Amino acid sequence: MPIQYYIYLCLALFSIGVTGVLTRRNAIVVFMCIELMLNAVNLLLVAFSKMFHGYALVQNATSTTGIDAQIFVFFIMVVAAAEVSVGLAIIVMMYRNTHSVDINFLNRLKN
Amino acid sequence: MSIIQVLFFALSAFAIGSAIMVLVSKNPIHSVLWLILVFFAISGHYILLNAQFLAIVNIIVYAGAIMVLFLFVIMLINVKKDSEPQKQFLVKLLGVVAGGSFLTLLVALVKQTAQIQGRNLLMKDGVIGLIHPLGKALFNEYVVPFEISSVLFLSAMVGAVIIGKK
Repeated sequence: MPIQYYIYLCLALFSIGVTGVLTRRNAIVVFMCIELMLNAVNLLLVAFSKMFHGYALVQNATSTTGIDAQIFVFFIMVVAAAEVSVGLAIIVMMYRNTHSVDINFLNRLKN
Repeated sequence: MSIIQVLFFALSAFAIGSAIMVLVSKNPIHSVLWLILVFFAISGHYILLNAQFLAIVNIIVYAGAIMVLFLFVIMLINVKKDSEPQKQFLVKLLGVVAGGSFLTLLVALVKQTAQIQGRNLLMKDGVIGLIHPLGKALFNEYVVPFEISSVLFLSAMVGAVIIGKK
């Protein structure tokens, strides 16, 4: 499978996420689009790790080249989980204050 | 066309279609459900790449924990459909045009990059996605970041409680 296919797939998913952040006004949906972008990047990291692993296996049959990328993906998931918990707490607090999750209410970060 | 290619294209079409449905759904709960489908498609891609540990972690963490948290918050704050005014058509059109231009730019960039021309992926072989090599690497070379991430979780938990309690 050529690496280009995976790159195009991840670019499409990432661009859909960007479009969602630009077009939607609901803060929760914007947040979900950010998660979508994170996942596109994760998939691309795994694809590249398998690409380099394949080329390293030709040289050395016991090579573990590319394992770093999968560990990075694991850490990205960890950070995303922490980020979601804090971000959703902020959205709930914002809803308590303004009774809306419309991000246009947040254009001035005070009041 | 081999079975791997068939699965790749099916999963890709599934992922992109569900991702588009996340955007066009009016109801945020439908968006969450479509996003869960996107995560399942991405987990399928991980299995196709023999990254079994990440496939399972993706399902457990993203589809299981994070999206349930989203659903919980949406149901907690009870977003009504009419309480969310839509953006004007022009703003939406500009957003789609900007996203499409971004995609076109990056695709053009990838098309002319020399380093990745003719490179192939190792699809079903290779052991780096299995839990044994990953665990060895995680607890030997990456044990300090692992411990730091536990501190990060603790601080995120404390922060979420403090922000939510107020």
